Amino acid sequence: MNGVKFLFAAYVATWVIHVFYLGTLVRRFSRLRQQLREFGKGK
Amino acid sequence: MKRAFPLFSIVTVVLLAYALYQALVVAPTERTMGDVQRIFYYHVPSAWTAFLLFMGNLVASVIYLIRRNPKADALAVVCAEVGVVFCTVVLVTGPIWARPVWGIWWTWDVRLTTTLVLWLIYVSYLVLRRFSDSAQTPVLAAVLAIFGALDVPLVYFSIWFFRTQHPQPVIGGGGSLDPRMWHVLLINWLAFSCFAFLVCWSRYRLELLQREVEQAHAMESLAGAGVSEKASLPLSRSTR
Repeated sequence: MNGVKFLFAAYVATWVIHVFYLGTLVRRFSRLRQQLREFGKGK
Repeated sequence: MKRAFPLFSIVTVVLLAYALYQALVVAPTERTMGDVQRIFYYHVPSAWTAFLLFMGNLVASVIYLIRRNPKADALAVVCAEVGVVFCTVVLVTGPIWARPVWGIWWTWDVRLTTTLVLWLIYVSYLVLRRFSDSAQTPVLAAVLAIFGALDVPLVYFSIWFFRTQHPQPVIGGGGSLDPRMWHVLLINWLAFSCFAFLVCWSRYRLELLQREVEQAHAMESLAGAGVSEKASLPLSRSTR
């Protein structure tokens, strides 16, 4: 049974999901910081 | 506190690397499935972590319903979101493991179906949080979280009560697991739990920041409304 490619696929898929989610967090953080900066300038 | 986050991040990365080494190199190869069985060291800890996070969501939601504490509400959102990520990992790695072992990607078996339903419940919870602006949203979401959490024991114990294709649970399933496999499984679970904690920590900070921005916008629009209301008042009243 050639399971190694499935094993590799499962491990890669796990980290792709986690890295994608971490990427969305970073994007949301920078957008909020930008909004806060703009809000500070507006005042 | 500022130093704790990078320090904990380093510890988590080292732990994840060590857990990966244990899963790929140290853990013994299973006799019938071969190397593909090593998916177990990612699949099972992800499922346990997702269950823990959904339980965290339940506890935070109950606290919110009792005390109306906004921090408990923020924690509930965080646990649900990170739990959905881990549950997605379970739903992706499961079929990748099933294909070479069962010969199929998916079957409408009780364990698999209840896991998919669990994922759908928490995705709907997040959709509710994202798109509803009502002041009642946190309360409705907390109630939904209580119903969602009922599915967690159903997922875990489904294989006790129904005949399924899925193997028996590792804890309380009656099967015997090689002690070396147990060791590797627990290391991986510890690593993924630390990673989940770290992600929750970041997401919680993001949630608080988001609420701060929303509050600032609300105050600004209230102040703007106050100014325009004053401007539109009749002269006799506004100069009084």
